[in-house]
Amino acid sequence: MSTGRDPGLQPERTRLAWRRTLLTVTVVTVLAVRLASTGDPTGALIAGCIVLVWGALLVLCWSRGTGTGPARTGGRTLPLVTVGTVVLALLGVLLVLRGLW
Amino acid sequence: MWEAIRRWFDPAELGSVGETPDYRFSLANERTFLAWLRTGLALVGGGLAAAQFLPPLPMSHLREVIAVALLLLGAAVAIRAVDHWARTERAIRLGQELPASRFPAILALAVGVGALLLVVAVLLRAIGGR
Repeated sequence: MSTGRDPGLQPERTRLAWRRTLLTVTVVTVLAVRLASTGDPTGALIAGCIVLVWGALLVLCWSRGTGTGPARTGGRTLPLVTVGTVVLALLGVLLVLRGLW
Repeated sequence: MWEAIRRWFDPAELGSVGETPDYRFSLANERTFLAWLRTGLALVGGGLAAAQFLPPLPMSHLREVIAVALLLLGAAVAIRAVDHWARTERAIRLGQELPASRFPAILALAVGVGALLLVVAVLLRAIGGR
């Protein structure tokens, strides 16, 4: 049995992992926007910020989740999607605390 | 700490140490990062879901405490994911041992203790509420 470097499979698996991540981001965004939708201006403002973060994460994950070229690894995309996730979490904290005021 | 954060955003610096490894190792490291990021996102999603779908609990604001705890835990998992990715990449390039981490054990304990506390809260409600 041949044990090559499976040049096609490894990048493909990584692309699929980026797509799964984008799907998870989208589910979180939908949950956050639902929590924000209570009809008040603060909620609308936070919902707007959440959609902007989702757009940024969409662009980042899309750029790594598509294409058939050679493998691309690392770069600034990884810390940037981390920042996006942390911002989503902090906006979520704002949303939860907003309900207590 | 700021030095570590600066390093995450500086791929050229990371690419200058050691030698470029077999791309499969870098891709596997990246997929591990993504799996951890999704774990963090799942915790964030859990916090958001708890805030809007959980019925009122016996302790006041317990729902909000649970939601905020899950959201902050999710953010911590995401930050730890990129830090571990950068340290692993560096170790692979230098041919060193991969960095050891207590984080998975701590996270498992935190989730386990949190689940037990929720079981207690649910039982208290079942006994006292009816």
